[in-house]
Amino acid sequence: MTDNLLEGREDPARDSGYPQPPPRMGFFTDTSVCIGCKACEVACKEWNLIPDDGLSLLGMSYDNTGMLGADTWRHVAFIEQDRPLGRQNNAVALMPVGPSSAARNAQVVAAGLGDQHGARLGSETGATRLGPSPDGGPAQPVTADGRTELRWLMASDVCKHCTHAACLDVCPTGSLFRTEFGTVVVQEDICNGCGYCVPACPYGVIDQRKDDGRVWKCTLCYDRLSVGQEPACSKACPTDSIQFGPVDELRERAAHRVEQLHDAGVVEARLYGADPDDGVGGTGAFFLLLDEPEVYGFPPDPVVTTRDLPAMWRHAVIAAVGVAATALAAFAGARR
Amino acid sequence: MTAGPPSGTEVRRDGLHRVAPGRDALIGSRGGRRPGRGGEVVPPAEFRSYYGRAVIKPPVWKAHNIAGYLFLGGAAGGATLLAAGADLTGRPDMRRAARLVSAGATGLSLAVLIADLGKPERFVHMLRVVKPTSPMSIGTWLLSGLSPLVAVAALDEVSGLLPRRWADLVGRLARPSRLAATAIAPAVTTYTGALIANTAVPAWHGAYRELPYLFGASALAAAGGLVAAASPTSEAAPARIAGIAGSVAAQLLDRAVHRRLGMLAEPLTKGRSGRLLRASRWCAGAGIALLTASAVRRSRTLGVAGGLALAAESALTKFGYFHAGTASAADPKYTVVPQREHAPATPA
Ligand code: SF4
Ligand code: SF4
Repeated sequence: MTDNLLEGREDPARDSGYPQPPPRMGFFTDTSVCIGCKACEVACKEWNLIPDDGLSLLGMSYDNTGMLGADTWRHVAFIEQDRPLGRQNNAVALMPVGPSSAARNAQVVAAGLGDQHGARLGSETGATRLGPSPDGGPAQPVTADGRTELRWLMASDVCKHCTHAACLDVCPTGSLFRTEFGTVVVQEDICNGCGYCVPACPYGVIDQRKDDGRVWKCTLCYDRLSVGQEPACSKACPTDSIQFGPVDELRERAAHRVEQLHDAGVVEARLYGADPDDGVGGTGAFFLLLDEPEVYGFPPDPVVTTRDLPAMWRHAVIAAVGVAATALAAFAGARR
Repeated sequence: MTAGPPSGTEVRRDGLHRVAPGRDALIGSRGGRRPGRGGEVVPPAEFRSYYGRAVIKPPVWKAHNIAGYLFLGGAAGGATLLAAGADLTGRPDMRRAARLVSAGATGLSLAVLIADLGKPERFVHMLRVVKPTSPMSIGTWLLSGLSPLVAVAALDEVSGLLPRRWADLVGRLARPSRLAATAIAPAVTTYTGALIANTAVPAWHGAYRELPYLFGASALAAAGGLVAAASPTSEAAPARIAGIAGSVAAQLLDRAVHRRLGMLAEPLTKGRSGRLLRASRWCAGAGIALLTASAVRRSRTLGVAGGLALAAESALTKFGYFHAGTASAADPKYTVVPQREHAPATPA
């Protein structure tokens, strides 16, 4: 069984000893349609009765949750970037930033607030036709602070339910276990809070709840799955950015979606975690991203630490022999 | 739960129901720009991250417990070996010192390990499974095996204080437990390297090939130092040799780790870890010099000072490596930059 945990591929439930498991279930989080509403964060907290983790203003973006933790099992990242999204003409120039007395601004805002504004913000509204720029070139929409581009990236992060889950491998109590759905769940009545899983997770997901001592993370709503319901977050997602289903199907759908976006000019669309040959054997919860993974707080090329464990054990055994031999030599070398 | 009013798509195991409009919205497709501008605008900075936040979680372990254990466990294992050697070569005073050091360090090890658990009363849950994929599981079994054995050995040393019946029992158990303890002890000194290397912590995992050797060598320095300090100079020669050999090897291995880690060695040289590891090098030099002098001058005082210096060297090394790991986990740079070198290339 341990061998399977280290080397098994693609069917973690069967590798863990379930004879007839249901299909592996997971999430495909398509961040291109995420609107940052945080319904998933709220639904997760409510369904799983997760305690409040403080009201804080982090001052970095509209994200005041920060990152996943013992009391945050879904986390919506917000990234504001000075770059365009696909072929879209962004609405930067329409935004009433800067001194309102600036004639040009007022003109732009007024034009932008026409009947088309609400419905077609971000597309060709005509409002951005500003006349020729001073150097005679085509007009560039420029804000008061000099930016010409703007896009928002929003992504709902969650436990990846790795095919090779480091947290599960290193847990010394067997508290972390593989469910029949191929997901990874903590048994809270077993966990003794040793904390080994926390630095073992290559994604920084699982964490210790300080006042309780045990570790907590997303269960992929094991309780809901067991009765045929979908997890609370995907149920609550209004744009279907979070899609729940059998991992095989989700991977197909995701590959199709990437193609679709590439055709639409969003060349930076890429999948993250969908490759069964990556360092964790592919993840049960994977993502469609519009920038490098590290921009969203993901590790660019995570590897399950136990991949190197056989080598570590080998070195530990050789080192132990060396220690014993040195001690022996010390006695042999000591003459009285 | 029964279905409420329609709220987005139902994605059930039997398929999709009520697919939400806009689910496959072609974001960024309206507008007349040439496609393909996305990837070119921002020149790659040194590395990128999510507002500078850590990618992985730093260990939640308390330094005085877990770094303390890395030191104590090593000292316990090393002293157990020295006790066996002293016994076989007829050095009763050194044997006594080594057995007491080994039992004391083993007891303290268990105490700090249990104290560090989020739920200490659940320590026994460690013993529900034997998991080779978890060095913590194997280590707990090793230590749980070692403790009664070294306790018997220590009791054998003080059997004069025990009631007659107990003393007899301890006397009969002494030899088999000594053998078993000697078999377990070397692994106790080195598995801790695998324990911390088997994480996503960049500075620890990156050094997984060297850490078991480094920790084993450092354990010999600690045990040799403590036993040399606690035994009469005339008997302590093997402890001195083991301590000095361990200390020299540890210093060499520390350099090897720095070479292996490359940019990941930065946390080992900066800040608190840098100070601790520099101090450990000073202690190593001082300890080796003092122990050599004590052997030449037959001076117990020099022996005590030198032995304690070697033990301090070992403790400082373990605390230095512990803090360096935490620092390397807390800064996204150490996770992102090395992984970026292997990561799949940016599309288009
Ligand atoms: S993402 Fe982390 S916590 Fe989730 S299964 Fe993988 S290793 Fe475990
Ligand atoms: S903290 Fe709990 S779940 Fe994590 S490794 Fe320890 S016992 Fe297992």
